[in-house]
Amino acid sequence: MAEMLASGQSPEVLFWVGCAGSFDDRAKRITKAIAKILHYAGVNFAVLGAEESCTGDPAKRAGNEFLFQMQAAQNIAVLNGYGIKRIVTGCPHCFNVMKNEYPELGGDYDVHHHSQFIATLISEGMLQLADDHPFKGRRITFHDPCYLGRGNGEYAAPRSVIEALDAELVEMKRCKQKGLCCGAGGAQMFKEAEKGNKEVNYERTDDALETKAATIATGCPFCNTMMTDGVKNSEKEGNVDVQDLAEMIATAADIID
Amino acid sequence: MIAQIIFAFLLAIAGFFFTKRILFIRRNILLGRDVNLSDRKAQRWKTMARVALGQSKMVVRPVAGILHIIIYLGFVIINIEMLEIMIDGLFGTHRVFSFIGPIYSILIASFEFLAFGVLSACVIFLVRRHIIAIARFKSPEMGGWPSLDATIILVAEILLMGAFLGMNAADSIAMGRELDHYTVNIDASAFPISQYLLGLLGGMSDSAIVLVERACWWFHIVGVLSFLVYVPYSKHFHIFLAFPNTYYSNLDEKARLDNMAAVKKEVDMMMDPNADPYALPEEGADAEPPRFGVKDATDLSWKQLMEAYSCTECGRCTSECPANMTGKLLSPRKIMMDVRDRIDEIGHNINANGLEFKPDGKSLVGSYISEEELWACTSCQACLEACPINISPMGIILDMRRSLIMEESKSPEPITSMFNNIENNGAPWAFPAASRGDWIQ
Repeated sequence: MAEMLASGQSPEVLFWVGCAGSFDDRAKRITKAIAKILHYAGVNFAVLGAEESCTGDPAKRAGNEFLFQMQAAQNIAVLNGYGIKRIVTGCPHCFNVMKNEYPELGGDYDVHHHSQFIATLISEGMLQLADDHPFKGRRITFHDPCYLGRGNGEYAAPRSVIEALDAELVEMKRCKQKGLCCGAGGAQMFKEAEKGNKEVNYERTDDALETKAATIATGCPFCNTMMTDGVKNSEKEGNVDVQDLAEMIATAADIID
Repeated sequence: MIAQIIFAFLLAIAGFFFTKRILFIRRNILLGRDVNLSDRKAQRWKTMARVALGQSKMVVRPVAGILHIIIYLGFVIINIEMLEIMIDGLFGTHRVFSFIGPIYSILIASFEFLAFGVLSACVIFLVRRHIIAIARFKSPEMGGWPSLDATIILVAEILLMGAFLGMNAADSIAMGRELDHYTVNIDASAFPISQYLLGLLGGMSDSAIVLVERACWWFHIVGVLSFLVYVPYSKHFHIFLAFPNTYYSNLDEKARLDNMAAVKKEVDMMMDPNADPYALPEEGADAEPPRFGVKDATDLSWKQLMEAYSCTECGRCTSECPANMTGKLLSPRKIMMDVRDRIDEIGHNINANGLEFKPDGKSLVGSYISEEELWACTSCQACLEACPINISPMGIILDMRRSLIMEESKSPEPITSMFNNIENNGAPWAFPAASRGDWIQ
């Protein structure tokens, strides 16, 4: 971003990578896929790089409002400093915080989750998929991230992306409004679960495996981790893969290795 | 004449105790922190009409939803009859509205159908609760009083509806025989259900018929008045509070959490290079700043306390909670019940100590709700989605986490590390910010 500004350019879109997308090895692949898609579709975008900082979501959900607002103030100062208007996030938690909680703190942007942005690019004909790609006719189920689905009412965009793949979309018994959490939200990602008789992600993976889908599609790096772990636990990693919508589109467009 | 005086007396007593309890609950709710929910009135009325009046979220589970709608309609519509019963009771008249003719017969007939519907629905609800024993009615927090409370109400409704139908049956015989006081002429079509009871009563003497009719009439009205007094002590208070509670629903996206204004003030001051770090509080400012987050029930907002009194313990929240379904201690319904029990306790404490709360060494977090419960929440919003009247247990849970963190610095060790990482590296993991762009390679 800084480089773009130095050369006198201003991007249409800021791609907000998020912490998982920056540091988690699995999630970095999702980040690459999103970046490749934006590039392929000719979107004029930038990333903040080292100037990006945690949105504060896990701190806020864990009760540390002070740390959250400190992070928010810092990020808003950077974003406003660059005159950012439009943001695409690779994570529904970043998406929710920036869309719903930043405006009151002085950060008002047009925020899109990557599934929404990709759905728009597809509907506008900006993304050409290969004639023959591995997802054609494939049985795919979509796990609704809580912060995209129930939390922000977006169920259609991710499904329209799967439809664009010409795949067979199968719903889990608990989906959309009634979708079950993967177990990572509310800062659970960063701690051990409380004592119980089952892990939430195993419960959710069972829902997904019940559909006999060949691919579990996700729209959140944390859900991705949880579902991948659940599939491994069921020893089904040979038959079922867990992929982010962006990875699937990038593969189908043959723009990623 | 004596009957009229007794009736008026009972009415007054019921009215007194009902009002007393309502004022107690109202005062308790207002012990909560103030929030301004006077915005978006049109949207609020619409939400109330859809969710409370229209029961839109009840029918997500069709069996319970439809049965509930039958009881709800029965309750609302049969109450038209209550008006007549009141007038008859006070003035010694008999079926004072019957002069309106055929419409009256249609009304009474519809009441009978509804009464039968309510009776059947209550029987099915008892079967679901006690014979099929649906899991969410058998959770640990449902033992003892909560379960008894539900049973009392269902049995009471069955008895009341039975008395109502019995009264009509005896009355139609009395009117047919043109007994004293029963000189009104009502078409037989007004009694589509109670006609099946005629066989039981037909052989009785005139005086026995009058006795049955009067006994049912009195049982019904005394039952209804007792019910009126009982309801605000019970989870069944939802029949009133569901309406204001949905009116004051959260209208924002479910995933949005409020930004605490008190914290914003602190952060703004820290960010302001001109702020005077040694400034004294302004004249007239509160001597003691309010607590960050919620430790006791009075730290909650009045809306959240209203939610606690509105909860009818149906347990849909708990049955959809990912933590609860995987065996964790957290149950969103228990959170709501704990809040209600605690604010009720505080209310009684205040009344017993000259309208001044006497510290009792207890608090909501600690005495009622454990940290283990609070840390099990994934903030997935399934509980508020499931609630038929838009209660948010999650909002209360996260508010309690705020006091654990910001007042008491009590967090599980990995959460403390996560905070430290965000503070130091701007990420919840211990990676340096400079490596944020490494994915590009």
